[in-house]
Amino acid sequence: MNIVVCIKQVPDTRNVRLDPETNTLKREGVESIVNPFDMYAVETALRLKDEFGGTVTALTMGPPQAEAALRQVVEYGVDEAVLLSDRAFAGADTWATSYTLAKGIEKIGQVDLIVCGKQAVDGDTAQVGPELAEQLGLPFVCFVRRLAEVDPSGGRMVVERLMDDGYDVVEASLPALITVVKEIGEPRVPSLRGKMKAKKLTIPVYGAADLNAAPDCVGLAGSPTQVVEVFAPQPRGDRVNIDGAPGEQARQLLAALARDKVLTVKVD
Amino acid sequence: MSLRIDSELCTACEACVEACPFGAIEVVDGLACVKDNCTLCGACEDACPAGAISIDKKEEEVQAGFSGVWVFAEQRKGRIAEVAFELLGEGRRLADKLGVSLGAVLFGSGLADKAGELIAYGADKVYLADDPALENFTDDLYGGLLTELVREYKPEIVLCGATSLGRSFFPKVASALNTGLTADCTGLDIRMEDRLLLQTRPAFGGNIMATIQCPAHRPQMATVRPKVMRKGPCDDNRTGEIIEVELAGRAITARTKLLEIIEDLSEKVNLAEADIIVAGGRGIGEARNFALLRELADLLGGALGATRGAVDNEWISYPHQIGQTGKTVSPKLYIACGISGAVQHLVGMQSSDVIVAINNDPKAPIFDVAHYALVGDLFEIVPAMIAVLKDGGK
Ligand SMILES: Cc1cc2nc3c(=O)[nH]c(=O)nc-3n(C[C@H](O)[C@H](O)[C@H](O)COP(=O)(O)OP(=O)(O)OC[C@H]3O[C@@H](n4cnc5c(N)ncnc54)[C@H](O)[C@@H]3O)c2cc1C
Ligand SMILES: Nc1ncnc2c1ncn2[C@@H]1O[C@H](COP(=O)(O)O)[C@@H](O)[C@H]1O
Repeated sequence: MNIVVCIKQVPDTRNVRLDPETNTLKREGVESIVNPFDMYAVETALRLKDEFGGTVTALTMGPPQAEAALRQVVEYGVDEAVLLSDRAFAGADTWATSYTLAKGIEKIGQVDLIVCGKQAVDGDTAQVGPELAEQLGLPFVCFVRRLAEVDPSGGRMVVERLMDDGYDVVEASLPALITVVKEIGEPRVPSLRGKMKAKKLTIPVYGAADLNAAPDCVGLAGSPTQVVEVFAPQPRGDRVNIDGAPGEQARQLLAALARDKVLTVKVD
Repeated sequence: MSLRIDSELCTACEACVEACPFGAIEVVDGLACVKDNCTLCGACEDACPAGAISIDKKEEEVQAGFSGVWVFAEQRKGRIAEVAFELLGEGRRLADKLGVSLGAVLFGSGLADKAGELIAYGADKVYLADDPALENFTDDLYGGLLTELVREYKPEIVLCGATSLGRSFFPKVASALNTGLTADCTGLDIRMEDRLLLQTRPAFGGNIMATIQCPAHRPQMATVRPKVMRKGPCDDNRTGEIIEVELAGRAITARTKLLEIIEDLSEKVNLAEADIIVAGGRGIGEARNFALLRELADLLGGALGATRGAVDNEWISYPHQIGQTGKTVSPKLYIACGISGAVQHLVGMQSSDVIVAINNDPKAPIFDVAHYALVGDLFEIVPAMIAVLKDGGK
């Protein structure tokens, strides 16, 4: 099976804060990581490769530094990596990102399955996967928690999709795109061979011209949405400490919640 | 705005003729030609395999012809999701501000009687597609049909709940319509000068908020977080129009097939819809102690949530996990029991209206986001709460 995994390098959200003076993101000292959900996507692809053979290619669109994220997943066993990088790609929203990734996948060639993470933890949109599938004209299943059956020669698979109230069992024809959640399986540990390979692997870098991408479809220019402003969330109101014996704490809390009209119970 | 056909590139394959919902293209002498009834909807542009068709849009012309606010009314098993009513409340406010009508879109099977409910909650029009093939959700049919309806009726704003279903198929629709989509919004408003929809949403795990606009493409689309918008009053005397739309006869096929729906019957896990969530972390100690939280949740009519710590210990299943690698929730009340408040957990729950933290470590970071802080042993406080709730405080 030829599988493409889309990964994104993201700032570690733990450390992202807004500069209250300038209203811009403070990025100094913020480490970059591979989007956590994308590590599950990598694991999904590697398991399929273990079973059916083939090639796993990691694909990312990002600044030149994003190459580090690609090298990191090669350590885990990914075979090939492709970086889409161009100043013109900067500022892309999910539409322009999925357009550019679609061009990258066309360049990679024949693909049986594309695996994305459920969402990237910087933007939290969960839109690039399904938008990419639509750009490529492929069927997709989001939020996949288990691959029940994959039949590459028969061109079909059966997967479980996590829903709000349980899960759906869905059959899809191949080629297709899936986005995966954590339940799909914990990532393995990097192998020594992978680490060696990651050091040496040549990673092609494609820009807009290499991809035949329309200039008005990439980056900021190709993005239907625009950010008007960013601001810090409203600070929490004053915290109320409820002390005393447990019974007293319980009673006071429930009374306070009833006063706030959060609960309809009557407590006296 | 104009439609151009590149005679060099056109192969007269007739893909555009088939794609056009209005029959406005024909092939004459080996070249596609546009007729007067073209609405510039863009269906042919997408369908053309040769890239021979292009539509030039000038920004000021974009808004022309697009009018009205639409809400996609999600149903599962014939029950309309709460978030649809919340969106009708918000959609009504936006539509009134713009002076336009509010439409609700309902897909399903045997649902004709539900259309009235949508009108009672504020819809002026209900676009109803009643077809056995639409009984259950599939991305291709729901997405394909909604795309075509948007092309035909041209609403300026289209909203959907940021549920699993909405977040799965709305991106497909936005992508097919070549327009923007803002995910998981928590605030919407209209800027009156240019009638643009301002869409506010948390990003970077809730550490910042961003306001997004979509100036040059229509419709303006957003998924909206459940439990954030306010449901309007139900008025059974409201009248509205029901417009029946057909799935049959359209070139929309499903490439995925729903084989089975497995509901998690063991407990209520629909965290997205819960007003109250009682969540447990590693402080719960072991699987069977979740029974205590479940009892509290049941008494409050809430659902059970958990940290990754608790899920990784297999005390409770993954659908209950809240946080960066689980679900994002914003209930009216979140009661965190034995949860330290790691940032990966906080990003999934810090936008809850009221947060209660119960933890025996006064330095636990969960207290930083709490409205009510109870330092103490959860095994004493939670049973005491249950006792109070059971005997009404006597
Ligand atoms: C990439 C990544 C993604 C992650 N995604 C998520 C995610 O989606 N969701 C998530 O939750 N976590 C996530 N985590 C894990 C997160 O970092 C924390 O490890 C986890 O949230 C801790 O869970 P906890 O609060 O239950 O456990 P702990 O941190 O062990 O906290 C237990 C708390 O219980 C208190 N306690 C113990 N006994 C009692 C008692 N009797 N009464 C009262 N209090 C008591 C203790 O004081 C302590 O504060 C992620 C981590 C990584 C690296
Ligand atoms: N710039 C990018 N490069 C490669 N893959 C991406 C990029 N952005 C998003 N993705 C993929 O799309 C998924 C969803 O991202 P998002 O829609 O941003 O939440 C991620 O988990 C990745 O698999």
